Amino acid sequence: MATQERARHDALVAELKQRFGARVLDVDFAFDDCTITVDKAAIRDVLVYLHNDRGFDFLMDVAGLDCMNLPSFRERFEVSYMLYASKSDTRVRIDVPVSELDMDVPTVTDLWKSANWGEREAFEMFGFNFVGHPCLKRLLTHHEFVGHPLRKDYPLMGGQWCSSTSDMTEELNEPR
Amino acid sequence: MEKKTVDIKDFVPAPGEARPRYSASDFERGGGTARDDFDEGLDLPDIDTSPMFINIGPTHPATHGTFRVYCQLDGESIQKAGVDVGYLHRGFEKIVEVKQYNQVIPYTDRLNYCSGLVNNIAFCKAVERMLDIEITERTRVIRVIIMEIQRIMDHMICCGTNIVDIGALTNFWYFYNARDKLNDVLEALTGARLTYSYTRVGGLAWDLPSGWRESVKAAMREVPAAIADVRGLVEKNRIFQDRTRGVGQISTADAISFGWTGPCLRATGADLDLRKVRPYYGYDQFDFDIPVGANGDVYDRILVRIHEMNESLRIIEQAIDRVPDGPINVDDKRVTLPPKHKVHTSMEALINHFKLVIDGVQPPPCRIYDATETPNGELGFYIVSDGSGHPYRIKVRPPCFYTMNALKFLVEGGMVADIVAILGGLNVIAGELDR
Repeated sequence: MATQERARHDALVAELKQRFGARVLDVDFAFDDCTITVDKAAIRDVLVYLHNDRGFDFLMDVAGLDCMNLPSFRERFEVSYMLYASKSDTRVRIDVPVSELDMDVPTVTDLWKSANWGEREAFEMFGFNFVGHPCLKRLLTHHEFVGHPLRKDYPLMGGQWCSSTSDMTEELNEPR
Repeated sequence: MEKKTVDIKDFVPAPGEARPRYSASDFERGGGTARDDFDEGLDLPDIDTSPMFINIGPTHPATHGTFRVYCQLDGESIQKAGVDVGYLHRGFEKIVEVKQYNQVIPYTDRLNYCSGLVNNIAFCKAVERMLDIEITERTRVIRVIIMEIQRIMDHMICCGTNIVDIGALTNFWYFYNARDKLNDVLEALTGARLTYSYTRVGGLAWDLPSGWRESVKAAMREVPAAIADVRGLVEKNRIFQDRTRGVGQISTADAISFGWTGPCLRATGADLDLRKVRPYYGYDQFDFDIPVGANGDVYDRILVRIHEMNESLRIIEQAIDRVPDGPINVDDKRVTLPPKHKVHTSMEALINHFKLVIDGVQPPPCRIYDATETPNGELGFYIVSDGSGHPYRIKVRPPCFYTMNALKFLVEGGMVADIVAILGGLNVIAGELDR
């Protein structure tokens, strides 16, 4: 089972390398998983290709990461997309290094509807700016909350006084 | 009778008398609405037809947690809805970064608190994969049994409360009677009835108590009767069908796009179940089926869960006699404390004990995404390790986060009363939704 999936991963990686060349920065097969690190300039194209041509119909999760305290990293932040193709039973994780100086990341809400809340959570926790997102508002924290709490330089203890109720106009008028 | 006829047809108030409010426009017209020459629809006074905005939640009994649905209503139908979550956000992902791996387990209890043991197991399974540990055969079978007991219990809460929300209380008690017996079994095993914290990285907190398997078998006998009682009451019930059939309907393609997993996705007809697709803990050696629905409405979601309980029973019946003898913890000094008598007699064991307690379990620097089929769907843990005893980052992928994302899609265009039925059928648990 694992070997079959490895063959599918190898084919996918070869195809991606052929199409996107040096923009595929790194490939990792630890724990029988497949992790592909992609340059931010190509991330939208890679995800569109995976969604439209390779049958990755599930975007399971969007996870942010602050690499500040890791021993080595490309850029300070990273966005990870957990993808799953249900027809071929293939899982892939796409990592994108994101510079602290340019937090813009293209949205994929038009490809997967699950990206809507996934990207909103990554935005509020780390501060990524998902360009083109229909409603990039805070989701789990209060709308008056300041800062991005899962960054490594955000203190563990402390609190903020938030008082008013959120005006839901933006969520209300979001397209269905 | 006489008076009523007069009232409606030709009641004209005496001069100076206060006009009754219910028929204000009638007097200007000089007659009651029931008169044959009543000209309806003409020069009515202005009625406010602009949309009405109301909040459902955050503390509404039928939300089973705290979240808010802000609705724009036209009469009783919902034109637009906005969903507000996060009322139970308590910074799970922040606090676990300063905990040791085994100290995270009690926090996972509070994710989906209807089935805490499954979260314990899902987290330990991810960390064990990071450490490349193969748990013992005995632990594997015990974990399967308690996962399936929890699946039955979780489905009982979901179906029971969902049916209560749409007006049928008796079913709830039928399910809760049986659920209480199962809870007794888990209490005998773990000492707790809600937050179990029973697993450890590499094994379990302690072994099965004596006579536990017999008590499981006895509790299991209560479940089919409860399921039969509830099915008998609701399955062909006209009122229940009217409230649930075609309500909150979603297609398979939309559900997949929203990232739905678990019973909610299977209710649309897709047969995706991690226990079958990627069997872990020897699920491929058990004989069980994956119930699927057809219409993806509330009715199918409830029925899929009810049938899944039967399948879980089948798994437990097969597994309960297959629990092999042997150790429950792996023989690996990276995760398992040495036996107490060795700690007192051997220097290596004493150091091992000290290092494990002070530094904790230390996976190598790596990243992993590991998914488990919980009662609600795919619970994923994305764990980043920097090689220390504290997880560098844990991202939880709660299954109901992505089902809740679709709530706006499901309720818009429906009726206010449907929100309650839809919310219950999605089994949104605020603990894992907001983390």
